This record gives sequence, structure tokens and C-alpha cells, in this order.
Amino acid sequence: MKLKKLAIAAVCAFVATGAFAAKKATDTTPDQDLKAYHDFFMKRFPGVPLQEFANGIYAVNSISRQNWEAIEEFPPYDPMVEEGEEMWNTPFTNGKTYASCFNGNPAQRPNYPHWDDARKTVVTLPMAINECRTKNGEKPLKYAKGPITRILAYMAYQSRGQKTNVTIPNKDALAAYNKGKEIYWKRRGQLNFNCGSCHVQSSGQHIRTNVISPALGQTTGWPVYRSKWGELGTLHRRFKGCMKQMRAKPYKPQSEEFRDLEYFLTHMSNGIEFNGPSARE
Amino acid sequence: MRKAAKHATIALSLAAMFTGASLMPQVASAGAESATKGKELAWNRKKGNCLACHMMKDGVSPGDIGPPLVAMKARYPDRQKLFNQIYDATKTNAETRMPPFGKHKILSNAEINAVIDYLYTL
Ligand code: HEC
Ligand code: HEC
Repeated sequence: MKLKKLAIAAVCAFVATGAFAAKKATDTTPDQDLKAYHDFFMKRFPGVPLQEFANGIYAVNSISRQNWEAIEEFPPYDPMVEEGEEMWNTPFTNGKTYASCFNGNPAQRPNYPHWDDARKTVVTLPMAINECRTKNGEKPLKYAKGPITRILAYMAYQSRGQKTNVTIPNKDALAAYNKGKEIYWKRRGQLNFNCGSCHVQSSGQHIRTNVISPALGQTTGWPVYRSKWGELGTLHRRFKGCMKQMRAKPYKPQSEEFRDLEYFLTHMSNGIEFNGPSARE
Repeated sequence: MRKAAKHATIALSLAAMFTGASLMPQVASAGAESATKGKELAWNRKKGNCLACHMMKDGVSPGDIGPPLVAMKARYPDRQKLFNQIYDATKTNAETRMPPFGKHKILSNAEINAVIDYLYTL
């Protein structure tokens, strides 16, 4: 009921977004960005509380929300969380477990992505999982779908309720953040979109029958069970899918480009609780 | 019937004169047949896919990212202006979300002209 009103407001509230796109990445600091994006989306979707953005499109569209609420009553990802728990508890061939890499605690979601200053790179949770495996003599897992989404689902489930808090500790980290921001706002592909064309400028609107989610909160719910996929997928699988929609050549899951993009996009959601895994259309 | 065919031949030769001048609309392509083809192009997801963003008369499940395309003849008496908007919308609005159909070769000039013939029926 309250949401119905919100959906209408979303379509009417047309706020100029050129301010984000036109600027050079280095023109604004991460703190300024955080405030600007939060302000933008709070204005565009008046009355939607910050935490609600964790639910993607269902935060701002009352029609699709009803169906989604029904799905979340019996979450399709539940068995996969259990499979992930089993992976967590099953020793590698050397006798150790994932716990040995993560201080014995599966609730690691809030610690990723983070800047690794020794290696001068952004480390994401899927990357840390594979590094744990190879360190213990196991083969790395594929990054888009399959077994990695199970262990991610379990770790995400254990992390529910903790808040996103990405930090950008120094100049090198800032450079990676800015690279991610540039990738976000660079027009690409035959259709000449950037990510913000859809998830900032068109958020809450329809592209044919698809409603487009706001960029804010897009990183909290992973891995996601998508009805279209019929299974769980990772955040980078979605990045890749969106780049294909732009008719652009996508980067690879866990490439430096996608990790920088994740660093930028996750920072935007600072203050919003992790709520993965989740279900989407 | 025969007259129409002759008309089309003239249209083709006129069009040929303009090849190379990419921004020049080929004025002579008007006609019901062209409008029908234009409608197909405008609705087809792989081609214009204008319905993704614009409401157009009778179009099923349109998006709402761009304004409804109505009363086009009244609002765009200047065919060139319409052509330019479809060819490269970034020229009028640098932050536009509308793809540059001509510039990025999503639609050929002839296809854009067919779309315009269709738009003029709206
Ligand atoms: C042509 C429009 C378009 C562009 C451009 C686009 N996306 Fe999307 N994106 C969508 C649609 C439609 C969906 C599915 C509905 C939704 O959840 O927003 C989606 C979904 C997503 C999701 C999943 C959200 C969720 O809650 O499950 C993420 C994350 C995402 N996009 C990120 C990106 C990034 C990063 C880029 C740029 C590299 C991008 N998108 C470019 C249209 C687009
Ligand atoms: C991805 C979104 C998108 C697609 C696809 C799209 N447009 Fe647009 N269009 C827009 C937006 C947004 C505007 C508003 C002006 C702007 O932002 O530049 C617009 C404006 C227009 C205008 C000017 C509107 C007016 O009322 O004066 C015309 C004409 C137009 N589009 C025609 C088309 C045609 C024809 C196609 C398909 C061949 C098409 N558009 C495809 C997004 C789109």
C-alpha cells in the first residue's frame, strides 16, 4: 500500500543525473560520491528507507514485489545454503577446511571487497575462496556459477545483518576505486550505454517490461538465485550479462576490471546490510 | 499500381544520389509500404527496439524511459530533425540514454527513413 505510492513517485521523480556522468572520476572523493548517490536515490524514491534498497527492484516496484515476497516464503536457494555449509565443513584432501583461511568464521561477507596493499589489488570473496583452495592443494572453482555459489551462499547467509563498510585506505586503493568508477560511467557497446544509463538515470523505469533496479543496494544480496538462470549466480556473472545487454565485450569474472567495479559499486552501498543469498526474477 | 512502381524507381535513383551524405534524409522514401517496414523495424527487439523505451500506438508492453511517440507529424514537421534524433541523439543531449542508431550502425539510413515514415503515421 505504502509501496504503491512509492512506485508512482519513482516514475515522476525525474532528477538530472548528468552531474555523475559528466565528471571525471577523480573530480569527487569517495565520501562525496557516497553522499551524492545516497541523496540522489533517496530523492528519486522518496519514502524508501535506506535498508530497503538491499532488495533491488522489489524496493521500488510494488507489482513485482508481491510475487517476490511469495518466493521468499520458501526460498529456492535454501538447499544451496546447506550444500555450502557442507562444503565449509568438509576437509580438503590435506585435512584442513575453509575455516583455516577465514579465522574459523564463515561470516566474512563484510570483509570483502577490500584493498590488499601488499599485492596492490582489490580482493573479493570469491577470489579469497579460490586462494584458500589453491593454498590447500585444491583446484580453483569457476567464478560465475556452480559450486562457488554454494560456499558463497553459506558465507553470505552467515553474514546477514552485518553492514556494508568498504574502506579506501590510501592513494593506490583510491586509484582502483576511481578505475571502477570510470568503468561504471564509460559508454560502451553498440547501444552506447554506461551502467548509469540504466541503474541511475533509468532506475525504477521500464525497459519493455523489465523494471530497472537502482544502483544503490545492488551488491548486498549475492549470490542471487535468478528464475531466468534457474540457479545461483555470482555478482560478476550479472556484470557480464549486463555488458552483453549493452552489446559490449564483457570483462571476465574476477578480472581486475570487474573487481575494481565491484569495489566502487559496493562502496556506494556503505551502511546497507548484507542480505544474501536472495531471489530475483 | 504501375504509377506507384515508377514512383519507387525515381525514389531509388534519388536515394542513390544521396549515398555518402550520411546525414541527409532520403525524402522520397515516404509511402505506406515503407511505413509498414518501419513499424517492423521499430518494434523488432534486434533492430530499432524503440518500444523498449517509448510508448507507440498499439505497441505491446512498451517501456517508459523515453517520451511517448505521438503526433509526430505535428511535432516534427522538419524531417531532418527527426532523422538527426534517431541517427545520433547524443548530439542534442550528451547525457541521453537513446542509442545512436545511425552512428553505431544499428539501423542503416534507409531503415531510419522507413522508421520515420512509420513515425509520421503516429
Ligand atoms: C540496458 C540497460 C542496462 C544496462 C546498461 C546495465 N544494466 Fe544492469 N540490469 C538491467 C536490468 C533490466 C536488470 C534486471 C532487473 C534489475 O534487477 O535491475 C539488471 C540487473 C543488474 C544487477 C542485479 C541487481 C539485483 O538486485 O539483482 C546488477 C548488479 C547490475 N545490473 C549491474 C550493472 C552494471 C555494473 C552495469 C554496467 C556494466 C549494468 N548493470 C548495465 C539493465 C541494465
Ligand atoms: C534505451 C532507450 C531508448 C531507445 C531504445 C529509443 N529511445 Fe528515443 N528517446 C529516449 C529518451 C530517454 C529520449 C528523451 C530525450 C533524451 O533523453 O535525449 C528519447 C527521445 C526520442 C525522440 C524525441 C522525442 C520527443 O518527444 O520529441 C524521438 C523522436 C525518439 N526518441 C525516437 C526513437 C526511435 C524512432 C527509436 C527506435 C529506432 C528510439 N527512439 C529508441 C530513449 C530511447
